[in-house]
Amino acid sequence: MADLSALTLDAALTGLRNKDFSAKELAESHIATAESANASLGCFLKLTPDHALKAAAESDARLAKGEARPLEGAPLAIKDLFCTEGVETTASSKILEGFKPPYESTVTRRLFGAGAAMVGKTSLDEFAMGSSTETCAYSKTVNPWRANGSNAALTPGGSSGGSASAVAADLCLGATGTDTGGSIRQPAALTGTVGVKGTYGLCSRFGVVAFASSLDHPGPIAKTVKDAALLLGVMAGHDPNDATSLDVEIPDYAAAMGKGVKGLRIGLPKEYVSDGMPEAISDLWKTGADWLKGQGAEIVEVSLPHTKYALPCYYIIAPAEASSNLARYDGMRYGLRVDGEGLVPTYEETRAAGFGPEVQRRVMIGTYVLSAGYYDAYYLRAQKVRRKIADDFAKAFEQCDVLLTPATPSGAFALGEKTDDPVSMYLNDIFTVTANLAGVPAMSVPAGLSADGLPLGLQLIAPPLGEQTLFAAGAALEEAAGFTAKPERWW
Amino acid sequence: MNAFTTHSEQRGELIPGETGGWEVIIGMEVHAQVASESKLFSGASTDFGGAPNTHVALLDAGLPGTLPVPNRKCVEQAIRTGLGLKAKINTWSRFDRKNYFYPDLPLGYQISQYKHPIVGEGKIEVRLDEETTIEVGIERLHLEQDAGKSIHDLDPTATYVDLNRAGVALMEIVSRPDMRSSKEAAAFMSTLREILRSLGTCGGDMEKGQMRADVNVSVRKPGGELGTRCEIKNVNSMTFIAQAVEYEARRQIEIIEGGGTIDQETRLFDAVKGETRSMRSKEEAHDYRYFPDPDLLPLQFEQAWVDEIAATLPELPSEKRARFQAEYGLSAYDAGVLTGDRETAAYYEEVASGRDAKLAANWVTQDLFGALNKAGIGLSESKVTAAHLGQLIGLIKDGTISGKIAKDVFEKSFETGEAPADIVEREGLRQMSDTGELEKVVDDLIAANPDQVEQVKAKPKALGWFVGQVMKATGGKANPQAVNEILKKKLELE
Repeated sequence: MADLSALTLDAALTGLRNKDFSAKELAESHIATAESANASLGCFLKLTPDHALKAAAESDARLAKGEARPLEGAPLAIKDLFCTEGVETTASSKILEGFKPPYESTVTRRLFGAGAAMVGKTSLDEFAMGSSTETCAYSKTVNPWRANGSNAALTPGGSSGGSASAVAADLCLGATGTDTGGSIRQPAALTGTVGVKGTYGLCSRFGVVAFASSLDHPGPIAKTVKDAALLLGVMAGHDPNDATSLDVEIPDYAAAMGKGVKGLRIGLPKEYVSDGMPEAISDLWKTGADWLKGQGAEIVEVSLPHTKYALPCYYIIAPAEASSNLARYDGMRYGLRVDGEGLVPTYEETRAAGFGPEVQRRVMIGTYVLSAGYYDAYYLRAQKVRRKIADDFAKAFEQCDVLLTPATPSGAFALGEKTDDPVSMYLNDIFTVTANLAGVPAMSVPAGLSADGLPLGLQLIAPPLGEQTLFAAGAALEEAAGFTAKPERWW
Repeated sequence: MNAFTTHSEQRGELIPGETGGWEVIIGMEVHAQVASESKLFSGASTDFGGAPNTHVALLDAGLPGTLPVPNRKCVEQAIRTGLGLKAKINTWSRFDRKNYFYPDLPLGYQISQYKHPIVGEGKIEVRLDEETTIEVGIERLHLEQDAGKSIHDLDPTATYVDLNRAGVALMEIVSRPDMRSSKEAAAFMSTLREILRSLGTCGGDMEKGQMRADVNVSVRKPGGELGTRCEIKNVNSMTFIAQAVEYEARRQIEIIEGGGTIDQETRLFDAVKGETRSMRSKEEAHDYRYFPDPDLLPLQFEQAWVDEIAATLPELPSEKRARFQAEYGLSAYDAGVLTGDRETAAYYEEVASGRDAKLAANWVTQDLFGALNKAGIGLSESKVTAAHLGQLIGLIKDGTISGKIAKDVFEKSFETGEAPADIVEREGLRQMSDTGELEKVVDDLIAANPDQVEQVKAKPKALGWFVGQVMKATGGKANPQAVNEILKKKLELE
């Protein structure tokens, strides 16, 4: 039998329906691959073979009866930020060690309800705060890609680094991620995978451990644009348990891929051009525009004048919300508790022991920007900037249908390279945070390799609820790029 | 709040000090629990008295990834209350987070409305006594979550937390500093309670903590600059409100007259000692880091919904009181008693409908309430329905029974729930008005009691003896008026 792990989700679903192999075989193949790879890649915090095999058994029964659900038998990896009923959910933090939620997140409930199986829970930056998965309290997550001729370990990006690595290394057919400032798209770009976040509110946040509520977007990381469309189609949908969830019909995203880009206006935001941009990135961007032009799209230059304020704005709003969202981890009801001499010392010692340095940094920044006397200067001003950024997008989308930008300022970087310099780490999000601030859908598509053989991605950004355009343009880009490179198996 | 200077009008009694009279200025923040089945943002029950931690949804325990979803019923109740307070309803409002750490606050923040409350300015009429009514301005009403309960006395070293209340919807109703005495403060609370109860938006049971007040107190020389205020937290009865204001005003006057100054601070009322004491100073005040709750969209609704709710608004107690006086000719006192709660008012209106309204008022406030009190039961448990009591009054008015017999019939009906008309029929209690029958009784009496006849002729006031004898002979059924007339005629007293 062929290596089942190398299949795309789409091909695997077809194979299952054609009885080429069983869901059990597919699950076992992925479990075996994941188990053997994890020691080297560290992308799973926990493997869940029992969960996967139980789901596979049900899938085989349904397949036998011809009652397959949309994702019947698909082994997926779940970012450990999604609460999974009865399965430890840690957000990569010591403060949640041993926490087994008595409830299922809406997104995973929808995925499992559509027949998907869970291979395991993937690593992330602690509470999704980071761009390299290095702030994870439990494991060192490694990118399956290595630079040509080098054995140096690279980061998979973050915060959904575990999911991205697992997909890139064929340890699952697809994975969930969350994207607060680029946490799906940046690791996807750095691992040669496709990452999508929908419009804010498209995928429910219920049961997703919160980082920054107004910026958190669940979404898929997949091997292909079509796989991403299939996953998002199941993950998306109205949820009465999330007051910010959108109540809209979910269209067939895979079907939208066939629409092509003929006549579409592709906007290139001029503010995304910078002197410091590596040539490989700017060349790829130009090439990408040419590919779309070659398929009949029109290229227009647009302006997003407030772009330069996006990163500072993001690093005020996200920590502000986080400082409040993380207040519940107080050692009183679940998770870690370090008893001190009295109530306040117990709080302090619990949180000092439970939160890593990056989380502590952001909680302190957030507390500061919300404090009396600083609120107006920081938080309120950042909110005003955020509105201007959203207005920028609205204006740009009067002139174009979808934006094309680089996904990241560079390819994958070495473990430890940026951990001592938070600002250089934060700069990873430079092209991605704007879409979170504006709540618009965006996708990262692998588009080429750098000179040293590392994957690079291009980003597409569509107007609110413009996911169909996003998938149409994403499919066109994918086809033109013909990106078929795979990391050489060293693990 | 100290910025307001408009109230120069002096009212209420001045509190005497060594340097002359002092005026006390009072404003209140009342927390009223919204009458609803479930909590403000979760589906957990709001029932009082459940075993600890049995009415707790995932959100109420602050579990990761759980989210608040506004309860439409609670929003409706806030709108209804706003309409009852004659206040502006804001069709756009917003929930904020008030951040602080405490074990009975599982999320680490309270969801409240800080900058944009659902209800804006309004006013209520507060009745002090039969003659005096004052108007108290309402600054705002907003929705917020209650906290859980920390229990410190179950264990010498540990504190236990009960989250049953955590997340229950509260309305915080903020008054203008329009009250000028402890009496006015207590009356404001009492009136507010009456309004909320009649609207059905708050149970108003202060013993169950359904209503409690933070009372802001300052003193000044009449017409002078406003003084620094102190806030007395969580006062939970009318009596305590009055006591706390009295104590606090005198405390402040003593300090000022002793050459000191008042520090703005939060104080506690000790109900046992009847005094207030410092809880925390302004400097120790929390920085709550309010910001809009990103888990919730702004609270927006159509004016049409407000209009729909307005159409179902019941008559308010003050309106009802005025109408009872005008429509039924009742005294202010009776009108006050009969409009005390919706059930009593409805009962009375059914009894009085198409009948002698004053007689109906007497029967309800005296006979019925007396019997209920004696039996220790409430109106809802009364076996005498409004229809029955109305029927009884009808029987009196059309002469079927006398007022005296009516009391007996009422007692029986109160015991058994039998209709008065049935009791009268079954027990043959119909009043004897038949002149022929009564004349025979009188003739027999006169014949048998010649001495008494002599006495009456000499002293007509002694007629009462004969009336009594006739009543005795007829088992009380004789119509007293008819008896009097026949006696006077037969004894030639005309």
